[in-house]
Amino acid sequence: MSGLVLRAVAAGYSGRTAVSSVSFDMPAGSWLAVIGPNGAGKSTLLKAIAGLVPSTGEIRLDGVATAALPARARARAIGYAPQTPLIPDGLTVTDYVLLGRTPHLGALAREGARDLAIVAQVLARLDLDALAGRALRTLSGGERQRAVLARVLAQQAGLLLLDEPTTGLDIGHAQALLELVDRLRAEDGATVVTTLHDLTLAAQYADRLLLLDNGAPVAVGTPEQVLRQEIVARHYAAEVEVLTTARGHRVVVPTRPAS
Amino acid sequence: MDTRRTRLTPLVLAAGVLALLAAVTVSTLLGAAELGWTRVAREIVAQVTGGVSPLSEREAAIVWQVRLPRVLLAGLVGAALAVSGAAFQGVFRNPLADPYLLGAAAGAGMAATIVVVAAPAAADWVIGPLPLAAFAGALGGVGLTWLLGRSAGGGTAVLLLSGVAVAAFLTAIQTFAQQLNTDTIKQVYTWMLGGLNTSGWHEVLLTLPYIAVAAVVLCLSARLLDVLAVGDDEAASLGVRPGRVRLYVLLAASLATAAAVAVSGLIGFVGIVVPHVVRLLAGASYRVVVPLSLLGGAVFLIVADQLARTVVAPAELPIGVITAFTGAPFFVLVLRTNRDRVR
Repeated sequence: MSGLVLRAVAAGYSGRTAVSSVSFDMPAGSWLAVIGPNGAGKSTLLKAIAGLVPSTGEIRLDGVATAALPARARARAIGYAPQTPLIPDGLTVTDYVLLGRTPHLGALAREGARDLAIVAQVLARLDLDALAGRALRTLSGGERQRAVLARVLAQQAGLLLLDEPTTGLDIGHAQALLELVDRLRAEDGATVVTTLHDLTLAAQYADRLLLLDNGAPVAVGTPEQVLRQEIVARHYAAEVEVLTTARGHRVVVPTRPAS
Repeated sequence: MDTRRTRLTPLVLAAGVLALLAAVTVSTLLGAAELGWTRVAREIVAQVTGGVSPLSEREAAIVWQVRLPRVLLAGLVGAALAVSGAAFQGVFRNPLADPYLLGAAAGAGMAATIVVVAAPAAADWVIGPLPLAAFAGALGGVGLTWLLGRSAGGGTAVLLLSGVAVAAFLTAIQTFAQQLNTDTIKQVYTWMLGGLNTSGWHEVLLTLPYIAVAAVVLCLSARLLDVLAVGDDEAASLGVRPGRVRLYVLLAASLATAAAVAVSGLIGFVGIVVPHVVRLLAGASYRVVVPLSLLGGAVFLIVADQLARTVVAPAELPIGVITAFTGAPFFVLVLRTNRDRVR
């Protein structure tokens, strides 16, 4: 089938299993948010799907086992942005976004007119045109996150793995970035997996949520199914209220324990 | 036409090549032996056109057998050190990385000291064992660092720390050997300061293949060095194997460094300053930093050697003194005029 399928996936570093028994089916063009407390294994799961940490079990993308793909072919199919990307300060935005074309080039090849056209198109779509010649170090936090997204988009992969894409962004910039991801998903039919700390934002943008706790999936389903007061309270060890807005969105509000 | 990406424009490349040609020409025309630059120029024209030269046979030999090979060797060594410095800075994502970082300098220093101590007359041998020992010592030092780093889990930080450990260990051996033979300290010290005063065509031909191969490999790897700058995970997610890129980039850079050290001793500053000046003037992408460091390093060392052999002629200054004395203020000047590009 088209989309992303995981069956009994386990992954970790140097003998220590950080995440295990993860299975789910995602139709192409859908958005899954991986949520869970700190250290639950969210980032490791994303890295496992990207092929960046060793994993067992089965990961199939559009019917193909990703483990069988050569590195460059996998990079053409899966785009990945880490939680804290290393930003090469001196590079210009265009230079940086051009790096996204790497999997489409031979080891010693140079970018051609087609690559430059794709980068120009991505910059225009992400409203980075005016910043194209600027060094990355001169950008604001929000602009940087957009540049990172642009680099991933230049890969033209059908699956986007975004680890905490709103880290360090204020509420407005976070919203703008997620709106952008959603628009790209609608326009390109891309499949999106993000980790998100902000449960309210996760509920508004993702079709489905996967809640990890201590490396194991404990709930999976629609935001209405997963974001229930007792589930969130237990797995985050937090006192919360889960409200539903007039438009039907779940909102998770931390509440101070009664003394 | 996209002008927003950093690339080596034909104009910049032509300017670099012209600067190199100018440096080679001026340095060949002027030297410690006062032959008169117009007479040297006429000699060169005569050689090319088959005309009559104004120089005596001995004077012509100074130009063709002493000056020209020395100028070319300075260019080769400068290019090798600068491009290796750029490559090391890329691999380690560290602006302070220089070509001597992984034990090349300590290895060469130790091997050279042992040769000087064990065979004080070695400098007079027909084929000097000193360059060979320095070459092997430099590669041995880097190899040791690589093995140690890999056994400790790999990674750039571990490799850097291994380099520190290997350098300290090899330097200890060198100091010990030197202390047992204090009469050779001056000879060892002179070698360590670096210089090109023993250069001839033999040295040029000896180093050329290594430096040429390394230069080609590093120029071809420039785009991948940009990819390494985003970190190992992201590089891998772009289909690049960071460990493999690091291995062949370090191998090429170390080969060039070892070849340079073998014929010129330890010349500091070139490997750090030249790539940074290039970055500040032309951009941070390795697509421009690598090729322009090659050209810039060659020009810088040719000019430095020109000063080393003429400032206190007929004596010579150690070239390391010149590279630091002229390079440091120039570097500060470039830093100051590009304040907004430096953090």
